[in-house]
Amino acid sequence: MTNACRLIELHHTMRRIRTFEERVGEMFVRQCTAGSMLHLSVGEEGVAGICAEMAEDDSFTAHHRGHGIFLARGGEPHRMFAEIGGKQAGYCAGKGGSMHIADIDLGHLGANAIVGGGIPHAVGAALTYRTKKLDRVSVAFFGDGAMQQGILHESMNLAALWSLPVLFVCINNRYGMGTRIDRASASTNFVALAEAIGLRGREVDGSDVEAVAECAKAMMNDARSGTPGLLTMNCYRFYGHARMDKSPYRDEEEEFRGRQQDPIARARERLVEKGLATVEVLDLADDGIAKEMDAALEWAISQPPASPAAIFSDVYGEGEPAPVPVRARLSQILGESRS
Amino acid sequence: MSGQGRPPITYREALREALIDEMAGADDVIVIGEDVGLYGGAYGVTKGLQERFGSQRVLDTPISEACIVGTAVGAAMTGLRPIAEIMYVDFAGLVMDQLANQAAKIRYMFGGQIGVPLVLRTQGGAGRSAAAQHSQSLESWFVHVPGLRVVMPATVNDAYHLLRQSLARPDPVVFVEHKGLYRTKGILDKQQPDGGWGQPVCRRQGGDVAIISYSKMLNLALEAAKVLSGRGIEAAVWDLRCLNPMDLSEIVDSVCCSGRAAVVTESCTTGGFAAEVASQITERCFDHLEEPVIRIGGEDVPMPAAPELESAAIPSVGLIADSVAWLVKREEPGWATQTP
Repeated sequence: MTNACRLIELHHTMRRIRTFEERVGEMFVRQCTAGSMLHLSVGEEGVAGICAEMAEDDSFTAHHRGHGIFLARGGEPHRMFAEIGGKQAGYCAGKGGSMHIADIDLGHLGANAIVGGGIPHAVGAALTYRTKKLDRVSVAFFGDGAMQQGILHESMNLAALWSLPVLFVCINNRYGMGTRIDRASASTNFVALAEAIGLRGREVDGSDVEAVAECAKAMMNDARSGTPGLLTMNCYRFYGHARMDKSPYRDEEEEFRGRQQDPIARARERLVEKGLATVEVLDLADDGIAKEMDAALEWAISQPPASPAAIFSDVYGEGEPAPVPVRARLSQILGESRS
Repeated sequence: MSGQGRPPITYREALREALIDEMAGADDVIVIGEDVGLYGGAYGVTKGLQERFGSQRVLDTPISEACIVGTAVGAAMTGLRPIAEIMYVDFAGLVMDQLANQAAKIRYMFGGQIGVPLVLRTQGGAGRSAAAQHSQSLESWFVHVPGLRVVMPATVNDAYHLLRQSLARPDPVVFVEHKGLYRTKGILDKQQPDGGWGQPVCRRQGGDVAIISYSKMLNLALEAAKVLSGRGIEAAVWDLRCLNPMDLSEIVDSVCCSGRAAVVTESCTTGGFAAEVASQITERCFDHLEEPVIRIGGEDVPMPAAPELESAAIPSVGLIADSVAWLVKREEPGWATQTP
């Protein structure tokens, strides 16, 4: 693919992420979501550059702010909206919701709501690929909030020690909930940290999606040949932590400056500057995306909710003893047929 | 019995036999943990496995317990059958997120798309003066988490068969051995498990009372039953074997006949698994009970190091026998205190 086509495609992916997240916000306002634990990845769309460098068979784990990653890897918006809305038709039949969306067929080994919780699973997947001699890379996506978690450091060490095909990706949006990165990390030099552990370390400006892709390409290749790395993508979380958070811990000026680091605006300008696309063509494409997301959202909202009868399935594997429902237990104790 | 005529082997050897048979039978079974390879396991269970199956299948890890379990979760999700070893159950504090929030919930959170067929081998219990951080019985932590299976074998034959049965499950199994059982001997019959998955086994018949236990306390309960027999009380002794799943139907029938039951655990009593068993029996046998279902458990204290203190912190044969005699015949023991 030429660089021109590449940028058009990356811009398209990023625009789809942004529009999807905007619709999630709308869905919440319309009271169609399962709860308010919705973490938007607006401002972090540069991650599309990393996802584009993954091969079809590569797998990944994601975090609670993972809608964009999933979309960029091929997640279907209507089923994602359905999951976020607690519908049977969602990816996880409504049992996971926004924070635990997964699609094993697509190599999405799950979004995780424990900060850092999914990172060792990516190491374990890489162990499988090495053991079974499969040519696959395992990517762990997480936020800067995970940089201070012990499990990340354990996982990075093990991946480096065993030369596993893993790429650790820190999406540094500068905030762990309401705590800015410099209030949480004594050192924010994550490149030096990675190198001290024995990993390849790089950081990249997340508002430059082409730079992100270029960096990811090199690091994916290294990981594939047994040199795992930590890639830090610097960006800014445009909105609050979750839907109820109005970000009182940061001032408007900072938010204004942060939102200038917009990977979509930057890609768009570059496309127009280089004559790769006209404003009209891009507007038209954006309209198409808006229509796609509107239709997906309306479809999801029209779906029936998850059925309460499903609560006992999937606790254990098929055919295994299932949990005893409270009513069955009480009937056994108090009912006519008690022993 | 096809096991007759065979020399007895130890609980430790039976576990190793199960690991060897599983690893020889399937390339995707791996063992992962601290000092499981070169060292051969802190209690010697995995001795010789790395020589036999190689360092790619018997993996020595750093002292990173959460990462051991988390890595095993990811490996299990992608097609390996990991047996992760956490050297002491006390280290559960370090792995509970990976176990309770991850392994246990992945199938459910992801709508049944995938399971985590992981066996977590660990060992617990008192008896070696290993003190407060290396002697606990924490099974009640695990049984409180839907999605985890919990197995605690007491016998040589169960050590082998329950480990193999655990590996055949599609879900995470916490397999808790007892450090005081590794050197106990018994007959292994590879063709004949003691019982089915989730089924308690009656280790001794008796019509006066049912004593229900598991893991090392089973042996003390059996000793106590002999003492009780000398005092004219015949106790049935039940071995739970699996704490989840657990089918109490046969025990309920037994208690409905005798009207009396005692649950014996090494773990400290308050909030322990004995409370769950006693409560289920009480609920299901209420009309037939002659006496309250009693718990004979460990003291509610951290495990002390000094042998005299340690042995005072967990049930003894004497305590079990005295308590059951009191329950059945109202024979008040010497240690009975005045009601405050």
